[in-house]
Amino acid sequence: MAHAPQTTPVADHEYTTTGLSHRKMLMWVFLGSDCLFFGALIATYMVYRGQSLVGPYPNDIIDIPLTTISTFVLLMSSFAMVQALAATTANDQRGIKIWLLATALLGSVFIGFQIYEFNAFKNEGLTLGGNLFGATFFTLTGFHGAHVTLGIIWLLSLYFLSWKGRLGPATALDVELAGLYWHFVDIVWIVIFTLLYLIGGFDLGPSIIPGT
Amino acid sequence: MATLTDVIARPASYSGIWSWITTVDHKRIGVLYGTTAFLFMLLAGIEAGVIRVQLASPDNDLISAGRYNQMFTMHATVMIFMVIMPLSASFFNFVIPLAIGARDVAFPRLNALSYWIFLFGAVLMHVSFIVDQVPDAGWFSYAPLTEEPFSVNKGLDFWALGLLVLGTSSVAAALNFIVTIINLRAPGMTLMRMPVFVWMTLITSILLVLAFPVITVGLIELVLDRNFGTHFFIPAAGGDPLLWQHLFWVFGHPEVYILILPPMGIVSEILPAFSKKPLFGYPFIIFSGIVIGMMGWAVWSHHMFTVGLGPVANSVFTITTMLIAVPTGVKIFNWMATLWKGSIEFTTPMLFALGFIALFIVGGLSGVSHAVSPSDFQQQDTYYVVAHIHYVLFGGSLFGIFAGIYYWYPKITGKMLSEYWGKTTFWLMFIGMNVTFFPMHFLGMNGMPRRIYTYAEEFGWGDLNRLASVGYFIIFASILTFMWSVWQSRKSRPVSHDPWDAPGLEWSISSPPPAYNFAELPQVEGRDQYWITKERAEAAGTPIRGPEAPVDPSTIHMPSPSYWPIITAAGVALIGGGILVHFGLSFAGGLIAMLGVVGWANEPASAPQEHH
Repeated sequence: MAHAPQTTPVADHEYTTTGLSHRKMLMWVFLGSDCLFFGALIATYMVYRGQSLVGPYPNDIIDIPLTTISTFVLLMSSFAMVQALAATTANDQRGIKIWLLATALLGSVFIGFQIYEFNAFKNEGLTLGGNLFGATFFTLTGFHGAHVTLGIIWLLSLYFLSWKGRLGPATALDVELAGLYWHFVDIVWIVIFTLLYLIGGFDLGPSIIPGT
Repeated sequence: MATLTDVIARPASYSGIWSWITTVDHKRIGVLYGTTAFLFMLLAGIEAGVIRVQLASPDNDLISAGRYNQMFTMHATVMIFMVIMPLSASFFNFVIPLAIGARDVAFPRLNALSYWIFLFGAVLMHVSFIVDQVPDAGWFSYAPLTEEPFSVNKGLDFWALGLLVLGTSSVAAALNFIVTIINLRAPGMTLMRMPVFVWMTLITSILLVLAFPVITVGLIELVLDRNFGTHFFIPAAGGDPLLWQHLFWVFGHPEVYILILPPMGIVSEILPAFSKKPLFGYPFIIFSGIVIGMMGWAVWSHHMFTVGLGPVANSVFTITTMLIAVPTGVKIFNWMATLWKGSIEFTTPMLFALGFIALFIVGGLSGVSHAVSPSDFQQQDTYYVVAHIHYVLFGGSLFGIFAGIYYWYPKITGKMLSEYWGKTTFWLMFIGMNVTFFPMHFLGMNGMPRRIYTYAEEFGWGDLNRLASVGYFIIFASILTFMWSVWQSRKSRPVSHDPWDAPGLEWSISSPPPAYNFAELPQVEGRDQYWITKERAEAAGTPIRGPEAPVDPSTIHMPSPSYWPIITAAGVALIGGGILVHFGLSFAGGLIAMLGVVGWANEPASAPQEHH
């Protein structure tokens, strides 16, 4: 953050061995850590795929067209995020505000879809405790949704800062870090969408192979 | 937002208890980690004492079976997560910035946050004693023992939530140290000039960052099973208890290296310093550490040879486990070659370092013997495994850590620990450790299972158990002599900046170091930089007699103390603790953590220098 212009303190005008900023490196290592977090959740889903003893099974309730729309919305939010960062480096104050808000809104629409989906699934009998599909589905997509929600809060804080004129080329890193996080969460969703919906969404019953 | 940061004004004082609560100085945080972990070590030591007294004679009924389960569960959990890991973290904190020639870590406030989360997480788990619902399923808490109907109280919720909170702390600290080591090295300190301890810290931190998310998922699933009605690990509903074992050991085996690599780094600093010659085969030690760090991910199922994974899996994990002994052996031979033809000084730190090598070889050899899966079928769940783990974790990790304590104590406090008491401590601990744990090899081979609270006289395990219990009291005496010598050291004369004629940069500044560490960032020209500097000065006829000259601290702008880390940490711990009591508390914890983060983000890392 660009404070304390009165001195050239060690902490603010940082000397770094690699020339990369500390915060950017921290974010990359954190995302590496988060990969293992989602990796373990996805592994749990894959291990228990087709192991539910009772329904509802994926094929009974997964609505691929609906989630395709919400996936499209989330991917578009990544586009808006790229635009927000471009506007920040170009010091386009109006663009910063528009694109940050657009990213947060698109993310919120995705969360709206997820809330609708969770509700619909619950009404059709899919619960955390009902079967293993419910447990793995809600845990994995729930933690992904929590990541998106945190990202939205982060983006809205940046939006708030943009109204105070605190975002610009000098603070582009603030936006870039949020962008790194946001793109990562999107990429995780691509994996989840592929595995839970496009592949696993057709699972009929206790066995993985449809019809057996 | 400015109002928010004004409500809780930035602390300006640097004395008294508040200066410790708000500190962001890596040296002070290191001291906090060390003393806290030492207190937990006394606690875990008392738990071990209860275990040893209970087992001292056959058919003993000092404590009930249930209480016994609590004792061994908490002894192991505390020793691993609240003693050895934070003691290593204490050295990371104190030594790493000094050893790489930096003013502080990359994120000083994040560093304080890690400590406070650690403290609150440890306290959270120990609340279980106050409400007498103590975790009792062993340190790896196998399902379905952790599930209804086998677990009847909230003990395992304390365990799982406490570990989740502690995990947050470890990951935050590890992220910080990875960035610090890669990005804050003094000019000239290339990767292959870094002290071995710095290298091992880097590898350990990478392991932490990658391993903890896996156990986090396992623990979350356990908490969901216990509180939210899921059936992840309940066979009756299709769940698979083996999934818990896999998640636990995918974390648990890298964790073993998280516990041993830092002490290996400490020993690699101490052996050259007291052999008066550089470490033999530096690159081999570094690359062995890297190979151990990578292969540590490919051996986890050797903890599960007897669960029936099949001959293929057992063979593969036998081979990988035997392979990982190779880089470990490489290190041991390099350490021995470092001693070869050196001018060895048998100081206390050196004795502990040599003790480390000797005992770690014993533990390593028993480890290889249960790397072989047919042989492991005989040893699984017997006292042979208990002997092995104590040779590597006590004889290995703790001896390495004690070596580090004796080595860096003068730098940390400016006082010397008495060599007389130090050597007494070493010999008592060395003898006590072997008397306690060596008989356990025989007990295990004679079929004594671990985790039984008593045994019948006819089994003939009484004598060796009594011997082991005698050993416990010798170890106990060694800890008393250690505490006595620490107490005594406050009266000793101030020590010079470089009492050991050591090679590391940390010895070039005064003892204890000034808040800013180095007045000017050191220039590094090679490994063992301070030896290079001293030799050059000697050759020029102007030997170095004192530490780097102090400068006016106000000319160096350092990160300022802050309340936000402890507030954020309290929020994080409350999120976990709330699940035990009421979800409203978790929600409040989330709000407090959020408030902490907002206050944190709005506060510049260093206050503007307007105060006098």
